[in-house]
Amino acid sequence: MKSLSLVLAVALAGSLAIAAAPAEAQIKVGYTLSATGPAAALGGPQKNAVALLPSEIAGQKVEYIVLDDATDGTKAVANARKMITEDKIDVLMGSSVAPTSFPLIDIAAENKVPLIVITASAATVVPVDDKKRWAFKVVQHDSLMAQAVVEHMKKAGVKTVGFIGFNDAYGDGWYTEFEKLATPAGIKIVAREAYARADTSVTGQTLKLIAANPQVILIAASGTPAVLPQKALKERGYKGQIYQTHGISTPAFIQLGGKDVEGTIFPAGPIVMADQLDDANPIKAPALDFIKRYTEMYGQPPAAFAAHSLDATRLLAAAIPEALKKAKPGTPEFRVALRDALEGAKDVVLLHGIANMSPSDHNGFDERARVMVVIKDGKWQLLK
Amino acid sequence: MDATIALFLVQDGILNGAIYALLAVALVLVFAVTRVILIPQGEFVAYGALTLAALEAGIVPGTVWLLAGLAPVAAALEFWRQRHGLDARRSGRIVLVDLVLPGALLSLAVALAPTKPAFPVAVLLTLALVAPLGPLLYRVAFQPLADAPVLVLLIVAVGVHLALTGLGLVFFGAEGMRTSPLSASMFSLGDLVVTGQSLAVVATSGALLLALWLFFDRTLIGKALRASAVNRIGARLVGIPTAMSGRLAFLMAAGIGAFSGILIGPVTTIYYDTGFLVGLKGFVAAIVGGLVSYPITVAAALVVGLVEAFASFGASAFKEVIVFMIILPVLLWRSLRGAPVEDED
Repeated sequence: MKSLSLVLAVALAGSLAIAAAPAEAQIKVGYTLSATGPAAALGGPQKNAVALLPSEIAGQKVEYIVLDDATDGTKAVANARKMITEDKIDVLMGSSVAPTSFPLIDIAAENKVPLIVITASAATVVPVDDKKRWAFKVVQHDSLMAQAVVEHMKKAGVKTVGFIGFNDAYGDGWYTEFEKLATPAGIKIVAREAYARADTSVTGQTLKLIAANPQVILIAASGTPAVLPQKALKERGYKGQIYQTHGISTPAFIQLGGKDVEGTIFPAGPIVMADQLDDANPIKAPALDFIKRYTEMYGQPPAAFAAHSLDATRLLAAAIPEALKKAKPGTPEFRVALRDALEGAKDVVLLHGIANMSPSDHNGFDERARVMVVIKDGKWQLLK
Repeated sequence: MDATIALFLVQDGILNGAIYALLAVALVLVFAVTRVILIPQGEFVAYGALTLAALEAGIVPGTVWLLAGLAPVAAALEFWRQRHGLDARRSGRIVLVDLVLPGALLSLAVALAPTKPAFPVAVLLTLALVAPLGPLLYRVAFQPLADAPVLVLLIVAVGVHLALTGLGLVFFGAEGMRTSPLSASMFSLGDLVVTGQSLAVVATSGALLLALWLFFDRTLIGKALRASAVNRIGARLVGIPTAMSGRLAFLMAAGIGAFSGILIGPVTTIYYDTGFLVGLKGFVAAIVGGLVSYPITVAAALVVGLVEAFASFGASAFKEVIVFMIILPVLLWRSLRGAPVEDED
């Protein structure tokens, strides 16, 4: 009786992880995503997007296995090992944040399984070494996004900037990349503050930022937690331009921020602005199609991160025909062929950019993988 | 740092401190009466704020389904516990309290939510939905173990916390929400801008703390709670039903938690997992108060709030480290000063 109640409570909470799959699939794709835990806002939509993936690629049936790693690196490792040894997956995808993605690199290399990383951290694929030759990434490097921000600031004649970011890998990564580019561009960072995702108040940090009197402020945070410092800055009467990062490309940011996030400028993947892209842009059609199908299925438009899990499979689809020429799915030879084919993939249209892989670049994105966006009248607008 | 900044930080510190004080008092209350270290205290805060946010958005809050799931389990347990002395009157009571009442709340919430009820109605409904979760959780998870060692109860509390966080994600989604403020007014005192909301938070917290003090000092039930806190067996001998005390303590804890959530909902963004950290800071204050003293606990909560505000100004990257370090000297001092206390088990 005593333990029954506990078991019940745990069972209720634990029934979140799902794995859906038809039998007799030929190619097996294993996703480990952070659908619960602190990164649930990223992993949740990414898991949703898996349901929209094609069931057949190049004439082969594809089976998708999705496991939840609860934003826990240890769990991600266990998921990856389980899918590699028990399900004999041909390719591993994941995970939603840096701490859950890094351990996957070792496992992928050890078992010679190609890995497609769906988090921003550049260090997951740079530099390409013995281990990372198995890892590919379909998310823009922070440096690519930071470059866009610095260019915009430079054009606007900004000389001083205040920085506030997450007290974690995301905030630190952005600071490093931003500082590297800003200093040569003659932009001085006059204040650097940090806050945590779960913080209920950023008054102290805000006061310090304002006291340093920067022309503009860059907030490096993701999802709805990025609203908190911006609201606090507005409350304290900060009038300068506020920049955010691509982490805020989710409709929830505007819903929560309302008036206070009006005028925010941020870099984003092209899918965010799909409807405003030139018709000639190859990303436009597939992006609009994805948004339409996602909205039909879940009743709300996808956050930009949702497209990363789709992109991983789009990249895979580009490599499969080549790999099939050399070996049969489910064999070690196929996985090696797949890795080689991924490395040779050229001009692959993903929803977040156009990838040109090479032995030294396992991300392959260029400036086509970003657009600058401004929030105007509660909507995203392409900044040209 | 000039005087204006210091004033702003003090204001921020008191605002947060008031919430921590409420949570810390609830923690002390629950621990004193039931020996449960209520890790899920923070979850009640998140559930309170998010339930209110859902009602404001015209959505039926997931809290309703938790209530609907827990109540029948609690009823079944109650039937089992009383199986030897069950008569029509007792059965009727169980059915009324555990099935009819939650059912009525459920249908009320389902009926009212889509109409986007007026603010006072939404607040009352939120309290009515979240507060009963306390006693229900107590009866389902803790009461069957009421005589177990503190450590076992702590482990169960961690389990309940994890379950509630997971359910919170299912009910409310991963994105944060804010609720509309109790008061949108602003006052200027020199350079200092005071929002009506922050005054409302501090004033209502203060009033609630005062009411709690009067309750414990002046009412029979309050005295009974204190008696069961001092000595469970003794309280039983003089006819105080200790299981009832436990339920009452949990009801108050959940109610206070939900109320705190309603208070801070407009000031900050609340996520399904925000509660844990907020609760932990209340816990720091409760530890400083030795899990017994209410006045010391309240004072400590204000100190925690102030330290947090100044730390976030001075060294934002180390804010949490600094806040949680407060606990170290206190523990050291307590262990040096106090004689080792034998566990009662």
